[in-house]
Amino acid sequence: MATHTLPGATTENYLNSEDGILSWLLTTDHKRIALLYTFSITALFFLGGTFALLMRLQLLTPDGALVDLETYNKLFTMHGIIMVWFFLIPSIPNTIGNFVLPMALGAKDLAFPKLNLLSWYIFMLGAAVALYSIFRGGVDTGWTFYTPLSTGYAMGYVVMAAIGVFISGFSSILTGINFIVTIHRMRVPGLTWFRMPIFCWSMYASSLIFVLATPVLAITLVLVSLERIFHIGVFDPAYGGDPLLFQHLFWFYSHPAVYIMVLPAMAVVSEIIPTFSRKPLFGYKAVAYSSMAIAIVGFLVWGHHMFVAGMSVYAAMAFSFLSYMVAIPSAIKVFNWTATMYKGSIELSTPMLYAIGFVGLFTIGGMSGLFLAAIGIDVHVTDTYFVIAHFHYIMVGGSVMAFLGGMHFWWPKISGKMYPEFLGKLSAITVFLGFNLTFFPQFILGYFGMNRRYGSYAPEFQDLNVLSTAGATILGVGYILPLVYLIWSWKYGEPAPDNPWRTTGLEWKTPSPPPKHNFEVTPVVAWKAYDFEAQREELHLG
Amino acid sequence: MIHLIAFSSDISPEYNHFFLLLVIICGTVGTGIAAFLIYCAWRYRRRDPNELPSQIANYIPVEAAWIGIPAIVFIAMFVYGVKLYFDIERPPDNAQVIYVVAKQWMWKLQHVDGTREINELHVPVGQSIELRMISQDVIHSLYVPDFRIKQDVLPGRYTTIWFRATRPGAYHLFCAEYCGTDHSHMGGWVYAMNPIDYSKWVRQGGAEGSLADTGEKLFHQFACANCHHYSGHGRGPNLVELYGRAVRLEGGGTGVADDAYLRQSILAPNARITEGFRRSIMPTFQGQLTEDQVIALIAYIKAVGARPAQSIATESYEPGTAKPAISAAQPAPSADVTKRSGGR
Repeated sequence: MATHTLPGATTENYLNSEDGILSWLLTTDHKRIALLYTFSITALFFLGGTFALLMRLQLLTPDGALVDLETYNKLFTMHGIIMVWFFLIPSIPNTIGNFVLPMALGAKDLAFPKLNLLSWYIFMLGAAVALYSIFRGGVDTGWTFYTPLSTGYAMGYVVMAAIGVFISGFSSILTGINFIVTIHRMRVPGLTWFRMPIFCWSMYASSLIFVLATPVLAITLVLVSLERIFHIGVFDPAYGGDPLLFQHLFWFYSHPAVYIMVLPAMAVVSEIIPTFSRKPLFGYKAVAYSSMAIAIVGFLVWGHHMFVAGMSVYAAMAFSFLSYMVAIPSAIKVFNWTATMYKGSIELSTPMLYAIGFVGLFTIGGMSGLFLAAIGIDVHVTDTYFVIAHFHYIMVGGSVMAFLGGMHFWWPKISGKMYPEFLGKLSAITVFLGFNLTFFPQFILGYFGMNRRYGSYAPEFQDLNVLSTAGATILGVGYILPLVYLIWSWKYGEPAPDNPWRTTGLEWKTPSPPPKHNFEVTPVVAWKAYDFEAQREELHLG
Repeated sequence: MIHLIAFSSDISPEYNHFFLLLVIICGTVGTGIAAFLIYCAWRYRRRDPNELPSQIANYIPVEAAWIGIPAIVFIAMFVYGVKLYFDIERPPDNAQVIYVVAKQWMWKLQHVDGTREINELHVPVGQSIELRMISQDVIHSLYVPDFRIKQDVLPGRYTTIWFRATRPGAYHLFCAEYCGTDHSHMGGWVYAMNPIDYSKWVRQGGAEGSLADTGEKLFHQFACANCHHYSGHGRGPNLVELYGRAVRLEGGGTGVADDAYLRQSILAPNARITEGFRRSIMPTFQGQLTEDQVIALIAYIKAVGARPAQSIATESYEPGTAKPAISAAQPAPSADVTKRSGGR
């Protein structure tokens, strides 16, 4: 049976049990490490966002309103490097995942608490090296480091930026191992695989990718550095190398990395929608298997980034086919989230607004992917703003919406305080509208042939670019708003009940905020995930 | 409204039909999902804070339908996408070849008749044009949105793309693959002209001899003829009628003497040796010839190879007789064996 919060439970919790800066810097508590990550990646998110805003300002006029081309090239490179490796990849797994996963399994901590802390330090070291390369003058290769531009032609601190990314990769690998072992070994009695919330399934799937794909990126970056420094011919034909080899290796990591970014977002949404529909997730097993299918098939589609790169026609066909196949599990998930709401009891609270926004934007992002997977269509729109819009719909419309939704959803548990609901809803709506205004015009721009990575452009594209920049400012407001009121609520918010949403996950069966070791008594699970019926009395439902 | 994009090539109408079809399918499904979400949020809004709705969480027929139907639709999209791709990628046999050399940050275009252009390309409407492209430095990508064509241009390897302009006009030519500082400015215009205007333009061009002529000069300047005798008795293989033929190689195997093969044989001669000849005789010309010069040499070898079918093999060649016998501007169809860069 469930463990109830003991009446008059101790007010000592993970936040106040120890004091002092060292108690944070040397903590092995997954919840505190989650907060360390949250502070770090929030700062990096706003830095990467500032670069994006500067890019949008530059594109207000066809000749570039703000900076010269070299600076613009550095802006989009640094925007990409920071957002991909130092925000999106660690975002949900290392913050919400770190905080929630052990509790969702009924565990006291992750399997390797010290490794968890080490992974934060490695991440910070990687970020520091990458930031140093930026402040020394920056890099202008694009976040993709395409050879032979990166190995023989680009100026700037390419090797240092690559080393920063290389280092942070170890942090990803350690987190992946930690999550996998925790899910295998730390589930409480009764919590079988198919009783786990989808959150855990999705975290498991993304951890697999962390562990299997990241080493390939590391190898690739080492080879880039060796060629750049010692002119060892791997990628540059002038030294006898093959530039397409780089693209194969890079996308072998970077395509699965897209799923590292979006699977955790799916994890979050799969908790929010059942909670605020008060119904079990529709088609639980199909969604669980879909997560695994995405993780596995996602390794076999990298070539769709290279349809016009000079790859063989038959390879392109195979990658096109597999790309359509990986779209099926994503479609299944969208339909199942939607069906969960059908005949539910729906409360449009802030997390739910973010989650519904996620489903809408992820659907648009996913369906624009169907265009790009059709090889003949891809030829014209690849490397244009169509692709930019497509992956921002997935990574920003998808992952960032889910990240914010998750932060609101678990905020009562994390901080012990409620956030202001009205401002929450306002932020969700602002982000949704600002996002669409920013990125929908980019689909149209891409179809008209506006190239990505252009600091100046043909005059006929200006109107849509102005629209996009206007949207970006609204989006920026939408992001600053939660930052302000969440910090405010940390101090002044209403105290949160243990289970404010009256939902089923184990993490809600501890006090808010939880004690240092999460559970006073180890819970035993005798129900399926999202089983409101079985917990009916405890949740005072019906 | 300013002109944004036109249907100006063979491919564009077919492309746009498919694109529009995808917009309709995805637009319908997307609108449907959004409408359903909004409907549910309103219809099933929580009326009582304690209410517990029906807990239905599975219904196999529905699940099967939304796995099966998308799968079928996706496979149809895949097939249609492949068909369009083959149409975009396979040049017709009568395509006229124009050579493209890309470098940071300009496009150099060489017509077979010797006309050279920079960041501008003049073509006649109605003529299929095949661009055979190579980069001198980093990866670039040739992109003409109005024609719906794009192909990366690689260092060290030829790639090809083709189009046939259907309407006269000036069309953007872009570099689509980020290539460094002035990437945004690496572009120009494709001018599709009426055949009459085009022939006027060609006459004004005043090309100093064809590409093959340039190649012949280089052939003598670099003393290639010392070994590659027309007699066929030199230290190197006879190059007459070589182009487009299968070549038996030392150590087994065959190669086809296409652009890629000839380029490799000039720059890295020991990579593939013709049967009956010795390794390490020919020096490498890597670093001594620019990509433009290699292209000119290939054009020359092609010119001495493309003979009318009836006169092959029986005649003996003397230097100087080979060239006038052919028109370099109209390569024999069978000689065009390099298609898209699949075979390596």
